[in-house]
Amino acid sequence: MSDASQRLDRADSRVRHDEGIAGALRALIDRVRSGDLGMLPVIVGLIVISVVFSTLNPVFLAPNNLVNLLFDAAAIGLISLGVVCVLLLGEIDLSIGSMSGLSSALVGVLWVNTGVPVALAILGAVLAGMVVGLIYGFLRNKFEMPSFVATLSGLLALLGLQLYLLGSTGSINLPYTSALVKFGQILIMPDWLSYLAAILPGVLMVFFGLKTMARRRAANLSSAGRSVLFAKAGLLTAGLLFCVYYLNLGRGVPWMFGVFTLFVIALDYALRRTKWGRSMFAVGGNAEAARRSGISVQKIRLSAFALCSSLAALGGVFAASRLASASQQAGTGDVNLNAIAAAVIGGTSLFGGRGSAWSALLGVIVIQAISNGLTLLNLSSSLRYMITGAVLAIAVIVDSLARRSRARHGRA
Amino acid sequence: MNKGDLILKLRGVSKQFGAVTALQDIELDVHAGEVVALVGDNGAGKSTLIKVLAGVHQPTAGTIEWCGQPVSLDSPGTALELGIATVFQDLALCENLDVVSNLFLGHEIDPWALDEVQMEVRAWTLLQELAARIPSVREPIASLSGGQRQTVAIARSLLLDPKIIMLDEPTAALGVAQTAEVLNLIERVRDRGHGVILISHNMEDVRAVADRIVVLRLGQNNGVFTNETSHQELVAAITGAAENSVSKRMARKQEEASA
Repeated sequence: MSDASQRLDRADSRVRHDEGIAGALRALIDRVRSGDLGMLPVIVGLIVISVVFSTLNPVFLAPNNLVNLLFDAAAIGLISLGVVCVLLLGEIDLSIGSMSGLSSALVGVLWVNTGVPVALAILGAVLAGMVVGLIYGFLRNKFEMPSFVATLSGLLALLGLQLYLLGSTGSINLPYTSALVKFGQILIMPDWLSYLAAILPGVLMVFFGLKTMARRRAANLSSAGRSVLFAKAGLLTAGLLFCVYYLNLGRGVPWMFGVFTLFVIALDYALRRTKWGRSMFAVGGNAEAARRSGISVQKIRLSAFALCSSLAALGGVFAASRLASASQQAGTGDVNLNAIAAAVIGGTSLFGGRGSAWSALLGVIVIQAISNGLTLLNLSSSLRYMITGAVLAIAVIVDSLARRSRARHGRA
Repeated sequence: MNKGDLILKLRGVSKQFGAVTALQDIELDVHAGEVVALVGDNGAGKSTLIKVLAGVHQPTAGTIEWCGQPVSLDSPGTALELGIATVFQDLALCENLDVVSNLFLGHEIDPWALDEVQMEVRAWTLLQELAARIPSVREPIASLSGGQRQTVAIARSLLLDPKIIMLDEPTAALGVAQTAEVLNLIERVRDRGHGVILISHNMEDVRAVADRIVVLRLGQNNGVFTNETSHQELVAAITGAAENSVSKRMARKQEEASA
């Protein structure tokens, strides 16, 4: 490349510019060393989990067990997706479990007991979640109430409301023949669709990548080179195709997980490519600087809390459809911590300003793999709670250490 | 807007923080195509005044007129929309975001599908106009030095083509060449017909570019001077006495030299 030095962003001779695949690898290693771990903890975690559990019980890696794992992951994953939004602002929502439980109770009461159409019942539950989130945002904005206190009181209040709604019977069974329960238990993508879904991301990546590359060249900016783009897209497609092939050896890819993935993609776009997403990162990084740039910090907070509680409500509906019931136990126990742990393990920082929508998907697979493996070993829930607690602690320690390392290496 | 037109007019502006009066009855005029330096000792109220004009603090009393119309600067957004851009002393940058994101924060091109290519090109052009030495606009602000951050903050204030730009200690963290660039830049902005408000402790810088020097002391106006005013007079106005530590020191030095 003879014209490389004339490009707008290549004028400074002090910077090493990594070219080609080797350069991309070198940049990746640099990033990890400085504490920008990205997907690394998830990959290491998954390898360790697979090795440990499959030696203890070979069923763990059987295709049908993994299909079940994905069925179970979707509900917690949706809740975790909402948690990512509040964590990005450096806030927290501890009432997501109760919110999901309340929402499943709402669907049960409205749909089964009162006879409201199921779609309206779900809409009502999600709207209830939105209102709860707006209340948290209002408390944070108006009274500067720390979000962990506001949502901790919400945890109890929402749980109370859930118990009140369910009344003395304690649980409502959802009809087995309904679409909602089928969606949570048996609906599987057709093979051709799942393969298409595995190929599409790579194709889109190359298409948009080449388009951006052409635009950057036209604007006299450097670009990462085709070899890197093709290598990335190739790896991604190969990985996805293998996953889909393996799952199709069993029952196949659950629709539930597919819908969850669509939500992840939508939030990922919103966070990375829109003004709203940029403002979320800015408020999480430095709220006062964001305010002085003319961003309405209060509106951003409201939107984050509302989105978090709405997604928790939808996650509650998913959980109810998975279990075919709305019970007093829904949303209690380890739901809260699993959802938060998933987001943190996936790489969203508890300290605000860092993270991505994909962390919910990656993290929830790790969390669900642990929980699934422990269930296969017939361990009691007491042990499961202890182990999940320890995993969350380790995830937070990794997050803190990575943050310190980034600060030392002059990265945010 | 012609050169010499009155853009900003403050009358009787006061600001209280509880029992403390940070500003009292401040008067300030800024015309198009003029550099007004705001000088004063620590705690004189310079930064508070800047923050009132930037919409960060709301004044307790007084009127602010913008191009002849009374306005209320109730939020940073309002001030930016009117055309008052500010480079704060603490820079107000988001360390977790890269240079491009910081430059365009709150004013991104294409809010529903951010146009990163166009923003990056604008960023490089703007930084080159400032003769800035930023290695990469895709690195987070956290990896930049103090001077580089200052340059980014100044570049950001120019992005929206404001009518008035306020600089709070813009040269404090800058090297020799960059300080000269910022002074050049201030003159260029003035020549384009914008008003500039400059806060600085560096009298050399102030006298080099300012058309008028407004002195604040203990939150009140304490005289308006030009760059012809002698150093002693300025120091006297800033410290509030002809007999002050600076003049005593200079007299002592002169004595020592003559002895």
